[in-house]
Amino acid sequence: MSVVFEKTKGLTEKEFHYCPGCTHGIIHRLVAEVLEEMDLLGDAIGVAPVGCAVLAYDYFNCDMHEAAHGRAPAVATGVKRALPEKTVFAYQGDGDLASIGTAEIVHAAHRGENITVIFVNNAIYGMTGGQMAPTTMIGQRTTTSPFGRNAEQTGAPIRIAEMLATIEGASFIERTSVHNPVHIRKAKKAIRTAFECQQNRKGFSMVEVLSTCPTNWGMSPLASLGWVAENMIPYYPLGNFRNPDKEA
Amino acid sequence: MDKVLMKGNEALCAAAIRGGCQFFFGYPITPQNEIPEYMSRELGRAGGTFLQAESEVAAINMVYGAAGAGARVMTSSSSPGIALKQEGISYICGAELPCVIVNISRGGPGLGGIQPSQADYFQATRGGGNGDYYLLVFAPANIQEAADLMIEAFDLADLYRMPVMILGDGMLGQMMEPVVFKERKPRDLPQKDWATTGTAGKRKPNIINSLRLDPAELENLNIRLQEKYAQLKANEVRYETHQTEDAELVFVAYGTSSRIVKNAVAVMRANGLKAGLIRPITLWPFPEQAFEELPDSLRALMSVELSHGQMIDDVKIAARGRWPVGFYGRSGGMIFTQQEIVEAGEKLLREVSHVSGV
Ligand SMILES: Cc1ncc(C[n+]2csc(CCOP(=O)(O)OP(=O)(O)O)c2C)c(N)n1
Ligand code: SF4
Ligand SMILES: [Mg+2]
Repeated sequence: MSVVFEKTKGLTEKEFHYCPGCTHGIIHRLVAEVLEEMDLLGDAIGVAPVGCAVLAYDYFNCDMHEAAHGRAPAVATGVKRALPEKTVFAYQGDGDLASIGTAEIVHAAHRGENITVIFVNNAIYGMTGGQMAPTTMIGQRTTTSPFGRNAEQTGAPIRIAEMLATIEGASFIERTSVHNPVHIRKAKKAIRTAFECQQNRKGFSMVEVLSTCPTNWGMSPLASLGWVAENMIPYYPLGNFRNPDKEA
Repeated sequence: MDKVLMKGNEALCAAAIRGGCQFFFGYPITPQNEIPEYMSRELGRAGGTFLQAESEVAAINMVYGAAGAGARVMTSSSSPGIALKQEGISYICGAELPCVIVNISRGGPGLGGIQPSQADYFQATRGGGNGDYYLLVFAPANIQEAADLMIEAFDLADLYRMPVMILGDGMLGQMMEPVVFKERKPRDLPQKDWATTGTAGKRKPNIINSLRLDPAELENLNIRLQEKYAQLKANEVRYETHQTEDAELVFVAYGTSSRIVKNAVAVMRANGLKAGLIRPITLWPFPEQAFEELPDSLRALMSVELSHGQMIDDVKIAARGRWPVGFYGRSGGMIFTQQEIVEAGEKLLREVSHVSGV
């Protein structure tokens, strides 16, 4: 019998702790598959965030660091400067990257730090029980915006990919989603291009991935996938915002 | 090596490079700017990497990353910047990584001032961030000692897998003194087989981490840290005693301000008062041993600091109620004169005589 599908060697045997239907798991698999397919597992050093993906260091089958909340791009910078020939990536949530860690992500991009960042935007603080994030949608109810997010009081959701794309040092910036198989394939392609960008020493690369949090959104996994398509994508348009190969 | 005349901040850098420093991450702040400036010029020439971070928070997290990847790495700052680094320092201690941190401190609280001060003693010796941890803290009194300690600092950090802090002030950083850079004494250092250098497909992944969700595991880490601290207390305590053998009054002072106190001891002795000095060189571990060697003639101790009294807590612990402990201090960048110390010492001795009815 021929093998048609196998679990990637990029993930360890450790069982995920993610809630049922959470797309963190899919995103982990995509990153792990890309590292395996590019033969980078022996060469890669990953940096885990503080957030639901805090235990990512147990899941990725390569050397890993666990960073303080929001500091993953600075930690990755330290690793990359020490080991410039290795492949260094950070995996961060939206509270981690778009709130407490804005300075670190902006300046990693600004320096053109040759690292790859996977940015998981689920419009909420998953790990701490569903509080409002800077990426939370207008009207979205969270435990700290119980009447729905109100732009007058808390601003409008921040678009990180667009913001980072204005920075000269940012080489590859793309927003993707994993709410259906077509987009999962596109997200994987973007992740691969981001790592290729790093291999070719093109500088900072980031892939934003729109992701679900069924538990804290208070929806079924299926309804959550629909919510990404109906509510998030119109505000967070998918596509490439910066690509070194498209520039002269 | 020949004697050279150098600013303290620059001597610290030259010594760091001799001590094997490969990476420097920092952010500008007075009065330590000569350190990043020197490193930006010289570290690259020595085969290392200098990077100016966007903040002290980022700088210490870059240190965490590079240290985890097995590099010899340092950062430097001054008081408010060291305050910002505390998050990273706590993580570095939790992950048991080696690094060197320089604090050329200034007066506080808040933005404070830029003049010499010793108000960061608590921050340095009590573990300024969250959790049950300590740093090995050196407080050099002159530039030669600063260079000597810095040359050893990276080896000690590697040996114990923990941060070593050099605590100075603007006086030490800015003044010029002659210095001779000594050879680093060879040590047997453990292999960094824990570093994240990539598995190359040959070993299990290495993980640099301070998260331990299992309480028993976290307690085990803390117990291991305590064992390490016990080793430090046994092997790394350093201090100088000066004319304590027959003293009636012993001052306790550290860093640059101890030099003023040493002069005050000479003046008091010339006036017929038997004064002496204990000068801690390691602030943590605090040299409690020095207090066990004090003579029967001793009538009082006095902690003298450029603050309103922080080290005095450790002096009292070391005194164990055997002698009264007085205090004299100035702050905010105001520096005591030798005469102020003499008068404070004489006053304390008079008070002690009065109380004991002598
Ligand atoms: C300094 C600090 N502040 C706050 C926290 C608490 N905290 C842990 S995870 C988190 C939010 C994570 O949200 P996000 O980055 O969106 O990740 P998600 O869980 O949604 O994947 C917060 C605030 C912390 N660990 N450290
Ligand atoms: S809380 Fe939300 S983000 Fe976290 S694992 Fe559960 S579903 Fe995923
Ligand atoms: Mg989130």
